[in-house]
Amino acid sequence: MKRLVVEDIEKCVGCGLCMFACSRKFAKRPEIGNSSSAILPVSLSGFERGATVIFCRACEEPPCAQVCPSGALKPKKGGGVVYVESLCLGCHYCVEACTLNAIFVREDGKIAVCIHCGYCADYCPHGVIAYKEVEA
Amino acid sequence: MRDAVLIIDLDNYTYEVEHRPDLFEKWLGGTGVAVQLMREHMNPKADPLSPENVIVFATGPLTPAYPLASKTVAMFKSPLTGNLGESHAGGRTATSIAAAGYGAIVIKGASKKPVYLVVENDKVYFRDGRVLWGIPDSLIVGRIIAENEPGRGTRTMMRIGGAGEKLVRYSCVTTETYRHYGRLGLGAVFGSKKLKALIVRGRKKYLPADAKKYREVYDEIYRMAIESDAMKKYHLLGTAANVIPLNELKALPTRNLKVARFERAEEISGEALAEYNLGRRIACSHCPVACIHLAALRLPYENEPYFFRTIMISYDYELIYSLGSMLGIGNRDDLLRLIHRVETYGLDAMSTGVCLAWATEALERGIVSEKDTLVKLAFGDVECYLKAIDFIYEQPTDFYRHLAMGVSHAAEVYGGKEFALAFGGNEMPGYHTGYAAVLNYLTGMRHSHLDSAGYSLDQKAKDLSPEETIDRLIEEESWRQTLSSLVVCFFARGIYTPEVISKAFEPLGYSISPDELKKLGREIYREKARLKVDLGFSLDELSIPKRIFETPSLHGKLSENFVNKALEYYRKKLMEML
Repeated sequence: MKRLVVEDIEKCVGCGLCMFACSRKFAKRPEIGNSSSAILPVSLSGFERGATVIFCRACEEPPCAQVCPSGALKPKKGGGVVYVESLCLGCHYCVEACTLNAIFVREDGKIAVCIHCGYCADYCPHGVIAYKEVEA
Repeated sequence: MRDAVLIIDLDNYTYEVEHRPDLFEKWLGGTGVAVQLMREHMNPKADPLSPENVIVFATGPLTPAYPLASKTVAMFKSPLTGNLGESHAGGRTATSIAAAGYGAIVIKGASKKPVYLVVENDKVYFRDGRVLWGIPDSLIVGRIIAENEPGRGTRTMMRIGGAGEKLVRYSCVTTETYRHYGRLGLGAVFGSKKLKALIVRGRKKYLPADAKKYREVYDEIYRMAIESDAMKKYHLLGTAANVIPLNELKALPTRNLKVARFERAEEISGEALAEYNLGRRIACSHCPVACIHLAALRLPYENEPYFFRTIMISYDYELIYSLGSMLGIGNRDDLLRLIHRVETYGLDAMSTGVCLAWATEALERGIVSEKDTLVKLAFGDVECYLKAIDFIYEQPTDFYRHLAMGVSHAAEVYGGKEFALAFGGNEMPGYHTGYAAVLNYLTGMRHSHLDSAGYSLDQKAKDLSPEETIDRLIEEESWRQTLSSLVVCFFARGIYTPEVISKAFEPLGYSISPDELKKLGREIYREKARLKVDLGFSLDELSIPKRIFETPSLHGKLSENFVNKALEYYRKKLMEML
């Protein structure tokens, strides 16, 4: 199955194009800005020290889904989660549960989580992230 | 269009939000809107360091919709020139202000005690800044605030170092460590308001009017940004690529412009820095180019074998000119140490270099003595310049107190105006290319080389008449008003043509034709000229340091007669316009 992966974190220049791309991912409802973005490049206290790109790593037993009280987050076959927005209460238990801090809070209080669609990878100008086949 | 203006009052620690579709629909954003907000909020007679001065940060309508629309315009009354202060910076400021929901932020009044401000979506927090006040190193200030404030990865953090607190008239505001509102003394305006930093974060979203078209136009602009040659120069060597060509053209001001060719230019060139020092490249938010070049400087600790510190230092052409060739510094490590020292205090590198170059020549000529300068300033001697930069911050003598007010002021007090390289009170940038550059420095609204790119015109066209030169400069500066209202990076001007801009607006639900965009640029130019005149600008008060006419440029020795003719013609054009 295909997954979003980090190829070479040392190449990250902190441009944030992946973050803005994530907001545009739905063809019928692309957004401008970072509200619905589920990927976040951050520096190690200054990009001169390097970067981290934070996004869901598609856990086999996702703790976020385990703590979701409303069934909005469900484990996906092969890892990761399916997010049913209409069921989300905005309780943010999942935000607390994620060890990677990879669940983000949107402007409206609901959440944003990576669905491994790979849309952002096409906009990484420096080959930091890629969308490719991995073994389940 | 994003039309919210956040108005923060430091006198009373209050804030309000105004929605101003009138302003943004007519003037787009950035420079266009900032000029109007200055008009509305500032008394033109205000003392730049009094609470009456106003700071405007304005972003544009293409942020954060498209890549390369990554800049913010700061506007204020300049404590360096006493006239219009405008400075642009990248980093994350533009996308963060947009993410918090604002088109512009206005800061008025002055705090009684040191504060820093946090803007988070609809709220403004006035944070106690007393503990941070007095920390001279802007890098440390940044790190302390970074530890205390959330928003990692999406926030912007604009702050001043010690130079701003001490009201050095050419102190800057640093954002995201390596980008600057560099010119004209915004740092001192922050300092006068007891404002140590401004942090902005948010998570707002905007919806395009035409979803399908938006993604198409985005992809088109993105492809141009990464594939076209238009951005390659900035991508590879960065602006430092200019060192060797300008030196070969005999246009690189050296040793206070006694000459315009530096025999050690190769050692401090973009090529040499890339080969020996380049450690990393980074980008402004939403820009794929990554033109910010960071040099890794490895310095041994004295008396401690095998113990090193490695500092990352951002370099650009202008810093190499002002702290390199202008001071006769041809060793890369020396140059980088000077850049780092200037960065630490939050000084404008260009003004600092020009001030020190003048001081060195003034000492050589006996206009000032070592009692004034405290160190024996000598071209090429890095240790004396490192100390002198400390003194510009510390101001231990009258001489440094005057030098901290700019080279024009210092020359007014001590003499040596003929080699004090400033125009309209602003220290000169690094291009001794010819008439267009000089006229650009004199007539540009900010006296900045980026106003009308005279340095570029000098390299492209020869044998222009004084009138043609002025016409071309006004035309260029007018178009740049549109670009700086959008606000796209000037480095991306080859991509954002009137046609592309017009097309980019369509899916956002706003219609403006290429011709209307050009016309708007001319209108903003006029509005800005009016504001500048209201603030006291007069062509009669401009003077040109004699040195400019003595040292041959790319166009040979320049004639005063040509410049005077051109200025007369500019006066006529300006009158017509106003």
